[in-house]
Amino acid sequence: MQKDQAMRDAAAVQAGIKQPMPGVSFDPSANPVVPADTGAKPYMTAAYGSLPGAVQGDTTAQGNLGRSGTWLIILAVLTVAVIPTALFNGYHLFQLTMVVVYAIAILGLSLLTGFNGQISLGHGAFYAIGAYTSAILMANFDVPYWATLPVSAVVCAVVGFLIGLPALRLGGLYLALTTFSLAIAVPQLLKHNSVSDWTGGVQGLVIDKPDAPFGLPLSSDQWLYLFTLAIGCVMFVIAHNLVRGRIGRAMMAVRDHALAAEAMGINLALLKTRTFALSAMFTGIAGSLGAITVQFVAPDSFGVFISIFLFVGLVVGGAASIGGTIIGAVFIQFIPNIADQVSKAAPGAVYGVILIAMMFLMPEGAGGFIWRQYRRWRRK
Amino acid sequence: MEGALHQVMSGIANGGIYASVALALVMIYQATHHLNFAQGEMATFSTYIALTLIHLGLPYWVAFVITVAVSFAAGMVIERVLMRPMMEAPVLSSVGVFIGLLLIINACSGWFFDYTIKQFPTPFPEQPMLGGYISGHELGSTAVTLGVLIAVYLFFRHTKLGLGMRAAAFNPASARLVGIRVGWMLSLGWGLAASIGAIAGMMVAPIVFLDPNMMAGILLYAFAGALLGGIDSPLGAVLGGFAVGIIENLGGAYLVGTELKLSLALVIIVVVLVVKPTGLLGRAVQSRV
Repeated sequence: MQKDQAMRDAAAVQAGIKQPMPGVSFDPSANPVVPADTGAKPYMTAAYGSLPGAVQGDTTAQGNLGRSGTWLIILAVLTVAVIPTALFNGYHLFQLTMVVVYAIAILGLSLLTGFNGQISLGHGAFYAIGAYTSAILMANFDVPYWATLPVSAVVCAVVGFLIGLPALRLGGLYLALTTFSLAIAVPQLLKHNSVSDWTGGVQGLVIDKPDAPFGLPLSSDQWLYLFTLAIGCVMFVIAHNLVRGRIGRAMMAVRDHALAAEAMGINLALLKTRTFALSAMFTGIAGSLGAITVQFVAPDSFGVFISIFLFVGLVVGGAASIGGTIIGAVFIQFIPNIADQVSKAAPGAVYGVILIAMMFLMPEGAGGFIWRQYRRWRRK
Repeated sequence: MEGALHQVMSGIANGGIYASVALALVMIYQATHHLNFAQGEMATFSTYIALTLIHLGLPYWVAFVITVAVSFAAGMVIERVLMRPMMEAPVLSSVGVFIGLLLIINACSGWFFDYTIKQFPTPFPEQPMLGGYISGHELGSTAVTLGVLIAVYLFFRHTKLGLGMRAAAFNPASARLVGIRVGWMLSLGWGLAASIGAIAGMMVAPIVFLDPNMMAGILLYAFAGALLGGIDSPLGAVLGGFAVGIIENLGGAYLVGTELKLSLALVIIVVVLVVKPTGLLGRAVQSRV
């Protein structure tokens, strides 16, 4: 323990010396905040040991997929867009739409928990706020579905920022506890009489499914899938660029060693609250898309379990892995369907067992695991 | 006035239950610095065991004792198997394991005992007591929880084992050097916490009825109580639990209405963490940097 501490101090000093003008020369070509080669390993094992290699992988290598990689991703997106639209319909397309929705929601959680180290067990609250913002605007004010997305993005970002303020004073466990309480309290707040004129109280709100615009020859399911996928792509590109850039490095630096990060000129309070706002915005947009897809919102569908499922998806995919969020989303969408055939209780049990197994066997998540294997294979 | 007195009385009765769960949380927190998010589900599962035993024809108090014993053993097993490897793990991992445990136990409750809401018997007389201010069950459960709390206090203060457990929680390295088996003390702590939770579950089930999600709200109040009293102070947790019970009942009756009672717990948690993070009786944590 003592030695660990000493190494940590040494690394902090080293990092500080290498950055003589904190906050001024903080550009990408300068030293990354927690590069793999400044002896920063002790930070991660001590503060965030569950994500070995996350920082190295994400700051140095993962950004450089190269031009062929970019083309591969574009090709993959096109495939994912065209094939299901052409082959599937109805329920299967609905499921895939929900995968994209969950992926965006988990991406938001990943920015906060995985990249910034603030554990949230209450992201269902932001999902609910997004969903209700869209539903209220569509059902009560006849706003078109696409126009509700920016509104709920703004609403959720503001709420996230406000919740992020007290969260500043709460380290790890306490933040998890507070957000967990928020998740438990959400249905009660939604049911309350003072807002039931808008929210429809216990009954919730029913909204109409949007039709394809411009007379496109698509069913509304197909259109909604493509629409959600397009939004999802935009969100992923935003998150990817953000995490690879200056802000992303600052986020990870704060996660790995807040004190060293602050010493190098990062404004902790501003960064953390902004990350909270951003994360809430992502999850809120996902909530809006989810409400439009399901065409229904009710308080009891936003209980504590939606928050826990998002957390499960995050951990399964890999907390600090952008690609992993898709794996997490596929997991939380399809595993319940499969497990449901065994028993009504089975999905929860399967989630729980897999969650614990992941923590023991693959703490960096499926995304992190696959990425590490890929890099090992590339090196050969 | 009469109404307020009635609210305070039943607040104390609920507060006793929150105090027990809060105490269980604090015991685990003190020793391992982990917050047991699965505490509520463990208590619910224990209550189901008690109900099954009662349905098998055992007298209430026999079932009570067996349930407490089984919960104790189960708590120790969970500590040994799941929590021991997580001792030095980062917060995200331990939270993940606790959430996994929560999901598993919740699913098992539903799987084995189905999701219908069940009545749970009370061993206490039904008629109102103390001039009608409090029901027989409320009085009885308050007595039981107070008895448990006093027993726990005496155990920690006046037995060698209790002293050993306190030493192990306070400073594991030094405790190990003077010959205390720290690992066993942690297991014992988990067992005790599980038993206290089981008693709380059996006491609250006749009031809120038994279903797999019974303890979710109660866990929230217990968290609030533990934080209010100071997360590392057992006495504080007990006082905080009672205080939250009274605040909850008075607030529900006169301030925010019954529909927003849970949000009141959230408000207490946030206010305590922002205004006085150490709670009323907790010690400030100093960390070396």
